[in-house]
Amino acid sequence: MIGLVRAELTKFRSVRGWLVGCGIAVVLMVLLAVVAAAGTDARVGGPGARAELPRASDGTPVLDGFTFLQQPLAGDGTLTVRVASLTGVALRPPTPDEPVPTEREEATPEPWAKAGLIIKDGTTPGSPYAAVMVTGSHGVRLQHDFIHDLAGPADARWLRLVRRGGTVTAYASTDGAAWTTVGSAPLATGEMSAGIFVATPPHQEYEQFVGGTSVVGGGAIATGTFDNLTGPGGDWTMVDVGADDSPNRPEGTSTRTGDTFVLRGGGDIAPVDGGTGPKLEQTLSGGFLALTVLAVLGVLFVTTEYRRGMVRTTFAATPSRVRVLAAKSVVLGGVTFAVGLVAATAALLVGTAIRGDNAYPADALTQVRIVVGTAALIAVATVLALAIGTILRRGAGAVAAVVVLITLPYILSAAAVLPAATADWVLRITPAAAFAVQQTVPEWPQVDQAYTPAFGFFPLPAWGGFAVLCAWTALALAIAAALLRRRDA
Amino acid sequence: MRSALYAEWTKLRTTAGPFWLVVLAAVLTTALSAVAARAVSCAATGCGVDAPLVALTGVQLGQAVVAVLAVMVVGDEYRTGMIRTTLAATPSRAILLGAKSLVVAGATLAAAVPGVLGAWLAGRLIMPGRGFTAEHGYAPLSLTDGGTLRAFAGSALYLTLVALLSLGIAAAVRDAPTGVGVVLGVLYMAPILVAVVSDPDWVRRLRQIMPSDAGTAILHTVDLPSLPIGPWPGLGVLALWSAGALLLGGLLLRLRDA
Repeated sequence: MIGLVRAELTKFRSVRGWLVGCGIAVVLMVLLAVVAAAGTDARVGGPGARAELPRASDGTPVLDGFTFLQQPLAGDGTLTVRVASLTGVALRPPTPDEPVPTEREEATPEPWAKAGLIIKDGTTPGSPYAAVMVTGSHGVRLQHDFIHDLAGPADARWLRLVRRGGTVTAYASTDGAAWTTVGSAPLATGEMSAGIFVATPPHQEYEQFVGGTSVVGGGAIATGTFDNLTGPGGDWTMVDVGADDSPNRPEGTSTRTGDTFVLRGGGDIAPVDGGTGPKLEQTLSGGFLALTVLAVLGVLFVTTEYRRGMVRTTFAATPSRVRVLAAKSVVLGGVTFAVGLVAATAALLVGTAIRGDNAYPADALTQVRIVVGTAALIAVATVLALAIGTILRRGAGAVAAVVVLITLPYILSAAAVLPAATADWVLRITPAAAFAVQQTVPEWPQVDQAYTPAFGFFPLPAWGGFAVLCAWTALALAIAAALLRRRDA
Repeated sequence: MRSALYAEWTKLRTTAGPFWLVVLAAVLTTALSAVAARAVSCAATGCGVDAPLVALTGVQLGQAVVAVLAVMVVGDEYRTGMIRTTLAATPSRAILLGAKSLVVAGATLAAAVPGVLGAWLAGRLIMPGRGFTAEHGYAPLSLTDGGTLRAFAGSALYLTLVALLSLGIAAAVRDAPTGVGVVLGVLYMAPILVAVVSDPDWVRRLRQIMPSDAGTAILHTVDLPSLPIGPWPGLGVLALWSAGALLLGGLLLRLRDA
């Protein structure tokens, strides 16, 4: 078998055009990375977002803006409140004729509008916090450090936060008498701010049309009415947290009538929507061009043998045809994996160098995953091309079949030609599912956004999507092996 | 010229591949269009879906088959060595490429016309059941409507121009698999580029010059002013690409030995 692999390797590297093809694949991939990086003017967090977004403890860029009525809390303490009501208004998106948006009629809060209790390390955006809240339509939640979200009872209106040492425990109740524990969150000791807050994500509608998807949205204002408030003691002061970062946000207000507090404002405490901004995997979008070039090589690797009659020599030397196919697959997969690795690494480095860190952040492990994943995707797709080339024995048709199987479903889904539900389905069953290895933006259950392929979200996890491509390739190889044995060369 | 044309027609007619590719192109165009028509839905008035454009989604697939057909008309001659006989019979490279262009255009139209008509039929039959009804402001797709007729007739022209582009590229690279790779790379690159580039000026420029994106402007029927390029100028851009590819192919055919 080793001799066979060496024979196939010699065949591959002794054709100058194929080595040139490998070089072209790398160049194209880097070239597209340059175009993608240079043509980016969007920002993470959408237009108008500031350059340095606050970060959660793990580096996730976050939004941290809310209307906060607070008292200082030095050590341990307990806060209790009843959220009498949470309502909301959506604002129309601003238009050239109407720069200041008007409020829309309906008064249902956004699903993730929030009103409740919070203990936060100061009022600087991005500082640690723990909060228990009533939401628009997701019941009571305990959230901390922006990325952690824990569900509580659905219909409770009474909230309590108890701080003991380095832990904050949240309770919820329907009547203010019988309390159930929602959960607890770690929070450093020391003097912090504690009180009630209101926030609501902007109102967004995703309009999908053939050729693209756009986000149509205006701001939103939530109004929370609180009573039965007990805090650590001292004067209540209102802070519009994070207002400096988003000048378009409606101004937060707080009014007090007797023991009833009404807080009104926008903003949100949550991870940013990663789908609409620049993403790291965009620098690897040349992968499909590299894949097209290498798929041509994969097809030629077998069809040229038929064209030149070389295949008869090959089979005379190695009568076991399945072993020949296996050796070809190993050589081709290995070579194209190496080429893909070089191309993807270069593309990522060049793209990052041009664009700076203006992309949704990805840790080192994710970066390794998308580079190695892209190389593996290219390698397996090239072996698929080899198998289809063996089945069809005609190069032109085989190249078209591979490109159409892998690229077209991706284009139809990611360019939003197909509706999101169909696109999800297409990216589950076609080899294009393997592009999931490039996804860097995470899905957050506590953030409403369009988790569709058009925004870079794949229905399958990275390994799952890659497995779909592998299954297609395995099937094609099995058919190719069976046909090789049955047909004359 | 007539004898060259006759010779090319005979070659195309007497090999099995082109016939099946014509059938395949028509069937796949109709099939993907039917799938897309089945997938979209319109919930209310003003859902903003361009119904003829959806019904023509199959063109995205049909163009790949058409490209294979056109590339093989040249690529197969190089594969089998037939090209030497052909050039011996028709020494003028210009006349040869002209004859091949006409035959390829004819064969493509033979695939495109039934394919596009099938897409129209699929759209007309399926889309009313998906909410594209008179209440939501959609009349059944009718070829007597100016915009719809332009989209459907234009997509047949689009496929023909793609075939000519492929023919030119094939004459330049002289190898069928490579030719198909180049053509499909060029055609499918545009939507991926547009998806990753976010600067609106760049997107606009890309969509004006990329052959598939500018060419498919002809498929649009609604909100034409918002397109980066008009339907007919867009098809003109694709025609320029095709002419350029044929010129390059013809030049290389003349300069190189077969």
